[in-house]
Amino acid sequence: MSRFNHGPIERSSLLLLLLTMIVISIGGLVEIVPLFKVETTITPVKGVRPYSPLEQLGRNIYTREGCYVCHSQMVRPFRDEVDRYGHYSIAAESMYDHPFLWGSKRTGPDLARVGGRYSNAWHVAHLENPRSVVPESIMPSYAFLRNKDLVTSDIRDHLMALRGVGVPYSDEMVRDAEADIKAQAAGEGTDALLVRYPKAKVGDFDGQPDRLTEMDALIAYLQVLGTMVDFGDVRLEQPGQ
Amino acid sequence: MTVSVASPPAKPVQEAIPGYNEAIIKRFTVATVVWALFGFSVGTFIATLLCFPDLNGGEFLTFGRWRPVHTTSVVFAFGGNALIGTSLYVVQRTCQVGLWGGKRLANFVFWGYQAFLVVAISGYVMGFTQSKEYAEPEWYADLMLLVVWIAYFAVFMGTITRRREPHIYVANWFYLAFIVTVGVLHIVNNLALPVSIAGTKSYSEFSGAQDAMVQWWYGHNIVGFFLTAGFIGIMYYFVPKQAERPIYSYRLSIVHFWALIFLYIWAGPHHLHYTALPDWTQTLGAAFSIMLWMPSWGGMINGIMTLSGAWGKLRKDPILRFQVVAVAFYGMATFEGPLMALKPVNALSHFTDWTIGHVHSGALGWVAFIAFGALYYMVPRLWRRPLWSTKLVEWHFWLASIAIVLYISAMWISGITQGLMWRAYNAFGFLQYSFADSVAMLHPYYLTRAFGGLLYVAGAVLMAINFVMTIRQPASARMRAEAPAIA
Repeated sequence: MSRFNHGPIERSSLLLLLLTMIVISIGGLVEIVPLFKVETTITPVKGVRPYSPLEQLGRNIYTREGCYVCHSQMVRPFRDEVDRYGHYSIAAESMYDHPFLWGSKRTGPDLARVGGRYSNAWHVAHLENPRSVVPESIMPSYAFLRNKDLVTSDIRDHLMALRGVGVPYSDEMVRDAEADIKAQAAGEGTDALLVRYPKAKVGDFDGQPDRLTEMDALIAYLQVLGTMVDFGDVRLEQPGQ
Repeated sequence: MTVSVASPPAKPVQEAIPGYNEAIIKRFTVATVVWALFGFSVGTFIATLLCFPDLNGGEFLTFGRWRPVHTTSVVFAFGGNALIGTSLYVVQRTCQVGLWGGKRLANFVFWGYQAFLVVAISGYVMGFTQSKEYAEPEWYADLMLLVVWIAYFAVFMGTITRRREPHIYVANWFYLAFIVTVGVLHIVNNLALPVSIAGTKSYSEFSGAQDAMVQWWYGHNIVGFFLTAGFIGIMYYFVPKQAERPIYSYRLSIVHFWALIFLYIWAGPHHLHYTALPDWTQTLGAAFSIMLWMPSWGGMINGIMTLSGAWGKLRKDPILRFQVVAVAFYGMATFEGPLMALKPVNALSHFTDWTIGHVHSGALGWVAFIAFGALYYMVPRLWRRPLWSTKLVEWHFWLASIAIVLYISAMWISGITQGLMWRAYNAFGFLQYSFADSVAMLHPYYLTRAFGGLLYVAGAVLMAINFVMTIRQPASARMRAEAPAIA
């Protein structure tokens, strides 16, 4: 023990700094860097696509309001979670999620597969007054979303930024983004939209067909959650394999 | 005016050496107390929202927007000001030299940091957030913090480099590791592309599983380096000072310093057990979390055993009691942490209130208590007035201790009950409870938690009153040596 002398380290501020930086770097490098290299991080599946512009704006409202604080989007591979929420989540499902919204707390239920479970009208009622449909709920009211017009004028900038971080939005998707929003929320002239964003839910979402509000966008997002992957086509490793 | 000091450093130190920048420490001290009152109150407020959801008020007053207000204002505002303030206090005294960079740079760090906090926190209320936990500030606020942090690093590193003491005192190792690591974490986790240079919104550079890994590498090490290494720096200076005893073991401090900073970095993936993150990463995270138990307890032993031969002081000195109970809570939280990082335990505890309880036993018990101890130590010395009331410190101590017991036991019960209800099956093989059943069950525990929070705020108010009265005392009551702090 006496052979090792810590003295030089505590007498040189630069040596202390240097060694500290080396020591704190190792763990992060080993755990993070391979995730970007190893192919097994994300098993590709059919069906996962970038969010439609309306869904993406809804996602932005979801993050803005801090929904992730109380709702996870990550079904773990346990019998009770699969029974309660549906197929466990796979990495490919969030490959276009900037940022990820897996969450860390379930004050409310998981939302990874909430898409298609409830009608648009249920979501409107629930967001306006959660206790009108779930008496035990402790969720805040989000009635104000139904009175706020959705800002769509800068949607191209949003898609370009997302493209900048790796989401494969084509030139065409960016160019027609505003038209796609209108088409999805109106439920008319959706042919081009559905080619670009297959299986997107279309039509009025917030019960106000004459108005495009933030609630339209949020419900469009909620309705697509967990619905993209065609699990009939997925070949996932079975447990124990 | 002589002050008897056993350690650190070994030789007697004047409390006010010309050339020390004490004005800046005073500012950080005041900011710490103000943000503590704000952060604790917001915590109690949002705890109340969970009991009475109709109190959520429209767009700008919802739990979703105010929860990050609470976490940022306690971790970065209260904790951050305590860390920067104490580190600048400690580094001057243990290096026997004033701050590098002069008054201007120190003032820049102070005002820059407060500006960052105000911009970030007010932004959440308006809906500007990156939605990554503990890294919610949007890109422009992140850039502000980066500049301030580099300035802070320069002040601290510059002061160490021109020290008059041959050795760098152990508290400064921890402070340095905290400053450097938080800088690295901040840069990597906040890599994002703004939508427009004139707008607030940005998109994270990473997505999905990679983003999750980067985020929890960040998140866990904000716990590890901001709330642990930095506050251990506080422990290593202020506990020996208040106890008037040297650090228990020099060798232990070396071993647990290097082990702690090496192992902590690996533990992040335990926040992502059973998720879509690759299994090997989760297993590494769990393994290192368990190993982390050892250096954590090394620090706890070194802190608590510093009192050997001075245990009797605990009876009379509530400030020392704050510090020792803090270290005890550190030991408890760092035992519970590795336990919860085990995959089978995590399967039950994750997503429940148990995690919230765990965080608060660390935050209320360890982080805040060790900071209170340092504040009670510093205020009389900075303003050169005896502490106004030791009795009020006693009241603060007991209110806060009862608050913590209420808080964490409520969260243990509600968290474990949630976990068990979610996985319960009835005799027919169906899920026994709906999710809503598990929400309805929470109410009494949430009430208890909010009441605990209220007691904790009350304790902090007593501390603030004590400080105001201390500072307002007439100059004639000038501090005489050590007398005031220890009744």
